[in-house]
Amino acid sequence: MEAVYPLTFAALLFSIGAYGLLSRRNAVLVLMSLELMLAAVTINLVTFGAIAGDGLLTGQVFALFVMAIGAAEIGVGIAIILLIYRNRASVNIDDADLMRY
Amino acid sequence: MTVPDVMMLFVTVLGGTAALLVVTSRNVVHSALYLVVALLAVAGAFLTLGAEFVAWAQVLVYVGAVVVLLLFGLMLTRAPIGPMAQGNELGRALPLAVSIALFAVLVTLIFQSFSGTTISLTHVSPAALGEVLYVAFALPFMALGLLLTLALIGAVVIARREEGEGPLPEPDEEPSDAAALREPTPSDVSTVPGRPAPSGEREVSA
Repeated sequence: MEAVYPLTFAALLFSIGAYGLLSRRNAVLVLMSLELMLAAVTINLVTFGAIAGDGLLTGQVFALFVMAIGAAEIGVGIAIILLIYRNRASVNIDDADLMRY
Repeated sequence: MTVPDVMMLFVTVLGGTAALLVVTSRNVVHSALYLVVALLAVAGAFLTLGAEFVAWAQVLVYVGAVVVLLLFGLMLTRAPIGPMAQGNELGRALPLAVSIALFAVLVTLIFQSFSGTTISLTHVSPAALGEVLYVAFALPFMALGLLLTLALIGAVVIARREEGEGPLPEPDEEPSDAAALREPTPSDVSTVPGRPAPSGEREVSA
């Protein structure tokens, strides 16, 4: 297979995730867009691992690592969003400006 | 076009459409459900590339756990189910321009750098990946387990505070026995049996 096919898929997912990250106002939806970008990164890692074809399977191993770190990040992110919601009664990221200025 | 090419094209169309619906859907629950489709398409791409274990881990971790966690987040924050408030025009046009420019730059660079490169699609069995993971990458793997544990503990600590504690978190001086897990709210603090009301720190929050 041509290497450009999966890389284009990853670029598409990454760009769509970037759009959601910038345009969404609900913090949970921002986390969802972040998930799309992380998925694009794992596709890139697996693809480059397949291109390199090394015996250590570094691409797939690091894709698994990114997946685990993404799961940890979602857990902490949801906890922070719940805390913000409890204190401010809003999940709009524009309202979370306590540490601004 | 060979079978893997058709498969990759299929998951690209499917995943791209689902991802677009994730970021544009007005209904937040629909966004979460479209995210399931997008992540399943990513798992399909992994299967096409021969990364079998990564594909099933993607299905288990993301579709199984992360999306459920996100749905819980949506429900616990009582997000408005249904159409939500729209941002202003600049709040949509600017991200659109940024993402389209990003996609153009990425695709240009990809086609310049990898237009002749081909991937040899070899199936990597979970046994081979597990052997690499537990022998060559044993130490990073254990560090990752530690990181996950710490992240879980941190998430519990962050989200644990009770509702009546006020907008500013107080210094954490509660005793760490089981009774402290059910912290009295300021309204019923004087009626807790067996425990004297911690007067000093309660006055701050009330």
